Amino acid sequence: MTKLRHMKKSTRTSFFTYGLVIVAFLIIQILRGTVGIGSLLEGQLIPICAYIVMAVSLNLVVGISGELSLGHAGFMSVGAFAGCAMANGLQNLVPSEPLRLVIAILFGALMAALAGFLIGIPVLRLNGDYLAIVTLAFGEIIKTILTNLYIGVDANGLQASFVNDTTDLAEGGIALIKGPMGVSNTSARISTFVAGFILVMVALIVVFNLVNSRAGRAIMATRDNRIAAESVGISVTKYKLMAFTVSAALAGAAGTLYGCSQITFSANKFDFNTSILILVFVVLGGLGNMWGSVIAATALTILPEALRQFSDYRMLVYAIVLILVMLATNSPAIRSFFLRIVRGGRNEDGPSRSAKKEAAK
Amino acid sequence: MKKLRILSLAMAAALSVSLLAGCSDGTATTPDTDTSAAPNDTTSTATGAAFKIGGTGPLTGAASIYGLAAQRGAQIAVDEINALGGDIQFELKYEDDVHDPEKAVNAYNALKEWGMQISLGSVTSKPGEATSVYNFEDRIFALTPSASSTAVVEGKDNVFQMCFTDPNQGLASAEYIYNQGLAEKVFIIWKNDDVYSTGIKDTFMAEAETLGLEVVGDATFADGNDQDFSVQLGQAKDAGADLLFLPMYYQPASLILAQADAMGYTPKFFGVDGMDGILTMEGFDASLAEGVMLLTPFNADATDEATVNFVTKYKELYGETPNQFAADAYDCVYAYKLALETAGCTPDMSASEICDKLIEVFPTITLNGLTGDGSGITWESNGQVSKAPKGMVIQDGAYVGMD
Amino acid sequence: MDFSSLLLGLLDNLIRGLSLGSVYAIIALGYTMVYGIAKMLNFAHGDVIMVGAYVCFFAISTYGLPPVIGILLSMVVCTALGIVIERLAYKPLRQAPSLAVLITAIGVSYFLQNAAQLLWTSSPKVFPSVVPKGNLTLFDGQLSISYLTIVTIVVCVIIMLVLTFFTNSTKMGKAMRACSEDKGAAQLMGIDVNATISITFAIGSALAAVAGVLLCSAYPSLTPTTGSMPGIKAFTAAVFGGIGSIPGALLGGLLLGIIEIFAGSYISTQLSNAIVFGVLIIVLLVKPAGLLGKKIREKV
Repeated sequence: MTKLRHMKKSTRTSFFTYGLVIVAFLIIQILRGTVGIGSLLEGQLIPICAYIVMAVSLNLVVGISGELSLGHAGFMSVGAFAGCAMANGLQNLVPSEPLRLVIAILFGALMAALAGFLIGIPVLRLNGDYLAIVTLAFGEIIKTILTNLYIGVDANGLQASFVNDTTDLAEGGIALIKGPMGVSNTSARISTFVAGFILVMVALIVVFNLVNSRAGRAIMATRDNRIAAESVGISVTKYKLMAFTVSAALAGAAGTLYGCSQITFSANKFDFNTSILILVFVVLGGLGNMWGSVIAATALTILPEALRQFSDYRMLVYAIVLILVMLATNSPAIRSFFLRIVRGGRNEDGPSRSAKKEAAK
Repeated sequence: MKKLRILSLAMAAALSVSLLAGCSDGTATTPDTDTSAAPNDTTSTATGAAFKIGGTGPLTGAASIYGLAAQRGAQIAVDEINALGGDIQFELKYEDDVHDPEKAVNAYNALKEWGMQISLGSVTSKPGEATSVYNFEDRIFALTPSASSTAVVEGKDNVFQMCFTDPNQGLASAEYIYNQGLAEKVFIIWKNDDVYSTGIKDTFMAEAETLGLEVVGDATFADGNDQDFSVQLGQAKDAGADLLFLPMYYQPASLILAQADAMGYTPKFFGVDGMDGILTMEGFDASLAEGVMLLTPFNADATDEATVNFVTKYKELYGETPNQFAADAYDCVYAYKLALETAGCTPDMSASEICDKLIEVFPTITLNGLTGDGSGITWESNGQVSKAPKGMVIQDGAYVGMD
Repeated sequence: MDFSSLLLGLLDNLIRGLSLGSVYAIIALGYTMVYGIAKMLNFAHGDVIMVGAYVCFFAISTYGLPPVIGILLSMVVCTALGIVIERLAYKPLRQAPSLAVLITAIGVSYFLQNAAQLLWTSSPKVFPSVVPKGNLTLFDGQLSISYLTIVTIVVCVIIMLVLTFFTNSTKMGKAMRACSEDKGAAQLMGIDVNATISITFAIGSALAAVAGVLLCSAYPSLTPTTGSMPGIKAFTAAVFGGIGSIPGALLGGLLLGIIEIFAGSYISTQLSNAIVFGVLIIVLLVKPAGLLGKKIREKV
């Protein structure tokens, strides 16, 4: 009986989230087809999709797996650089844009997953804030490496160099990654809003299926009590690594989607501040709460643009709004109102109310 | 589940309230005595008989010094032109891009919604690379004050620059140093995550090789690593360099000068136009910059009437000495005035009509601007500017022309 | 290259590293104190440094006050600022999950940076040195150490000693340690936990003011974002040495500075940041609680 109920609840949450995304997508598509949504919002659609996927994937690590990661933008940049390089490199071989985008996204996701796996092995041995600082460190290292990487392709094949640019491209060659100059998308601006929507749906399906599977319950068990989980024979490292790698792959896919929507970007775009920004989406939306992440990512991406009327005071107002929202959702007055939800939130580094609630049911 | 939803609803409500507040209180929170020239400036005549000029630049964040300078320079020009009350009237709006290509596209789109007819592009290079593509696709003419990378104008018939391109500066610097016999051994310190710095350094190296100017080494720095230059200076000293070439903006340059001084290392220093502004830094010890050479199109200490007038106004309004970004933006607005007059454009024309006319007119006009060095500013049809970079040397805390 | 000049080069780099590292160390001390007691990563700490530097800059350059008064003034202002931030932004979240506090701290950091930009513009200001210029020369002028470097290192060591004495031997310090061990038990013993946390913030912020003045004396370019990168580096340094440990923050800061300079000198300036973080990762993998951190046994 309780099991049935549990299933229903989690299924309901996932269907609610899918519904939310589909309805939002349809409304926007109808508006775009009829009255238009204005070029400002139009231009933001794909980045918003990318940020939603980033938030959902980080939520898998922070909310479900319970590890604070401060270097998530690093995986996004791996995906963006690898995916866009692929998309640019294949422009003559694969003329069909949707197909090229799919290949690019898969390649970006694969490279990011590889990075996530390699980083995850050592990192996940650590706990709490030490894990956070190591992910931050890896984020910075990825940034430095990409800033010093030069890759070009011409008729003779692929050329790559590190630190000093020694690539010497023949006529008609394409510089895929230009070190500090990053990537210039001459012919790889192939991301579309529909592709973004599909990627958001895929990310949600992957995450929900993982969370509601045997593996997902194992991941949450290691989060709630590592020792107890180990004592019943759950391999903590394996499951944490699984969550971390899946999350990195999704972040890589989001990075490719983002990269292929931009005219130009460099590794500096994916710095510590971007990692923090995505973490803000996750915390604001609620740990473990996927539809919260979707809404928070959307709202906080639009917010700075909506505040343009404030002109010079824009970012100041943004900071104040951020502080006030955090206080409003976490202060004792409102807290006592949600006392039951908060119950169990004493574990300082652990998941917050929503995740616990989900887990507790 | 239900309570969970209430919590999130409360949060969402708080967010939407703030969004709404953003829309309704926007004008109320902008103080009347706003010295920073709010984008929706009231002094511009908004009678529908004005051209709408838009530009993006970093108005907040670490790079905001450049964006704000350009915004203010352009605003002064617009106010002057509107005060004259001629046929050409302007309405200027600058949007913040935080020196980020993604945000620059947002800023550009916001301007498009506002009804921008002609554009001042973006202030910085990387965002400029992004917005110029949209300028090209939307057929909105752009004249950027300071986005100097070649990628900004390359392949776009309707994007023009007011500043030298980066390669030009590298070329001119190498030639200058070689022709004047300034150095035997050159060492370069450059910023490896900056398009501007990298672009100048690359052409400088190439040109130095052709000329036979010996470059004994180079060292880099990057964002977040831009405070301690002792390593780079140590390498330069060990390499026996007698001239340091510094293709960078003046803030890191000021640190390099101070640290070289503290080390007791005294080579010659040669900067590019980004070095301009070093003397006006609040609290800067001008003796550190004694003998520093730079190529710059603008000199705030010049005594010609136009410059004095501009510098005085800028100081009055904003309490700072204008740098070359402000001067370039000021010139941009006047270049537009000249071009629109020559082409016979009227404010009721669409952006693409204006664009077509300006593409024809721009390569033909000659502007006598603040940054033109007397001989006037002209444009190639590929969008690059041709004006003479002026070699300056700092003596007793002031620029002196060197020939 | 002969042996003696190689050795001199090494020494020279070591001194540069110590000078950079001691600035990191002072900032890291502030981080580590706050973390030890409030168990929160105060990301706004770097921006308090920036405010401290601005106050000192205006006191010295604009109002012509002597440097000592400038430093004291900036310590007072930063202390007040620290207490206000703690009261308004962190205290209501004392029971909240630590991530919520982390995000609030980031909000405070954005706020301080943007407020500073509006108040003081983003034009860089050149900070006047609070220490007389000049060098101490050794080995017939082959090696020179600036007075500023000496002062920075000495100040850093003094601060560390005072803090260690304070936390080990005074009543207030003992209360702090009690709070960091177990807040509930400390309260039962009659310790005012809230007041103790406020005082910790006050001390941390006063240290931030000193750090700001020394940082900007060494690298005299002051902008609203001056504090953010040193803040992150110092945070790294604090973790490096074992967060919560006062001697650890000193050791971590100094080592970080030395590694950064050596990586730049002997390997590559482009990669020096990556090398610093790489070393950090290796250290944490070998010693998961940092160099001097205490390994806390998990109770079953």
